[in-house]
Amino acid sequence: MSARVPGPVMVAAGCGGTGRELEPYAGPEGLDGLDFVTRSITLDPRSGGPGPRIAEVPGGLVNAVGLPNPGLEHFLATELPWLVRAGARVVVSVAGSTLGEYADLARRLSRAPGVAGLEVNVGAPDEDGAGLLAVREPFHAAGVVAAVRREFPTDRPVLVKLRPDVSRVVEGARSCHEAGASAVVVGNAVPAAFPDGRSGGLSGPAVAPVALRCVAEVHRALPGVPVIGCGGVRDLPSATAYLDAGATAVQVGTALLHDPTTVARLRAALRPTAHPPAAEETP
Amino acid sequence: MAEERGRAPGAVHVDGEVVASKRVGAYRHLTLTAPGVPERFRAGSFVAVTVAGHVARRALWVHRVRASSAFGPTLDVVVEVRGSGTAWLAALPVGARVTLTGPLGRPFALPRDAVSCLLVGEGYAAAPLFPLAERLRERGCSVSLVVSAPDESHLLSALEARRWVRSVTVLTADGSVGRRGHVADHLHELVERSDADVVYAAGPAAVLAGAAAAAERAGAWSQVAVEVPTACGTGLCHGCPLPVVGEDGVDRVVRACAEGPVVRGDRVRWDAL
Repeated sequence: MSARVPGPVMVAAGCGGTGRELEPYAGPEGLDGLDFVTRSITLDPRSGGPGPRIAEVPGGLVNAVGLPNPGLEHFLATELPWLVRAGARVVVSVAGSTLGEYADLARRLSRAPGVAGLEVNVGAPDEDGAGLLAVREPFHAAGVVAAVRREFPTDRPVLVKLRPDVSRVVEGARSCHEAGASAVVVGNAVPAAFPDGRSGGLSGPAVAPVALRCVAEVHRALPGVPVIGCGGVRDLPSATAYLDAGATAVQVGTALLHDPTTVARLRAALRPTAHPPAAEETP
Repeated sequence: MAEERGRAPGAVHVDGEVVASKRVGAYRHLTLTAPGVPERFRAGSFVAVTVAGHVARRALWVHRVRASSAFGPTLDVVVEVRGSGTAWLAALPVGARVTLTGPLGRPFALPRDAVSCLLVGEGYAAAPLFPLAERLRERGCSVSLVVSAPDESHLLSALEARRWVRSVTVLTADGSVGRRGHVADHLHELVERSDADVVYAAGPAAVLAGAAAAAERAGAWSQVAVEVPTACGTGLCHGCPLPVVGEDGVDRVVRACAEGPVVRGDRVRWDAL
């Protein structure tokens, strides 16, 4: 598979708004050349879950946003062209409730100009609540990847975002790679609960050690499979921890909600030609 | 009615400094420098402040901006202590550095003509009405201001505003100052009496919904500053749902921080909020 795997710094799904909201903070280059994973797109529009959608907990956020998105049609007509014009390398996150929906999304996105790749959202922290296809076993995830891969040109990457469950992640990564995934993103938000017991997903610095362990395990077991680290990336040390553990790239998510300039700073710091900064710090 | 509105011209993420901190009743008023933010501010837009040790940020209404002072341009925010994050903010000493993003969101729409305006606010959330009143007065609008609170300590003072608005009405639930009563119970009367063309409201949802309904009944426009908890304030996270009905009559859920915080009162689906 010759598809270029994005990186080294990407915007994680669901944390870059529609792109427009990030632009004022994206630095001198704006979104130009930025690997931008969109919020998850579904075939039909979704208004998302009820409030409160986000609760703050020590070291992170618990969220049950419910994948609000305008649906594929509207995305193709408005958000995608804007991102393409802004110069972003657009990786569209896709989510569905059936294998057929994933395949439909992949087929139609394969014809849309400017789609650099896909990211298959499986292992979301609350699939039932979000009405998504339940992915419990590695072969479920692999089935989704295969359905997407069949419909999407092989010269463009299909990423798969997995649950950072250390007991299952290696098996999941292997199955997905065999099914045609160009890289695995480790990982999604950690299944969690709001203080009132509602289901949600935990993200932010609190999950970084968990996701880092998962990345390390996947890289050790499958050194030939590109792994993208996602979870608590907020500054140079937290990003390089993933790269040192074998990740080819990192995704920045929750940190953008805390400091929208995080991606611009990390892009500058991790540019291949950049001089190593003396001390990277984050407020 | 022709109205001018639109997005605040770009937000910035900057380091600022606390240049004054004052306890006023139950609240803490902070004066901050934040390069570029006061210059871009329009009444109704807000700032999101980074709190040490917290991932989520605190969204704060802007109570006042000064184009110049001994510290350069500054902005005032009102902090009500509700948890560890706001307690940390309220305890910031003069000279402390703060990181903030702003101005965020869509501000109040200003009438093109010199019309009659009623401004209704409750508690600390009434803060954006003060800079709004100044802008309206500059446009020659006749401004009636109603400020209310459970008690005097939770009331934002209208003392200064008295100099440049037509009338000020003060209501407290316990009668500690001004008229006794809940502002939400008096909205129809207040709107009728003011003969306002536009009603602006800022405060809890019940006050906003009441103001929108009273305006509708009186044939006035309403603009309400909605407060929905937000994790980022920038529109990135989609964490602050605001149920509205679009111009096309279709129900939608928008982001309170990005498509709001100020929206037309008759567009909000209050029962779904």
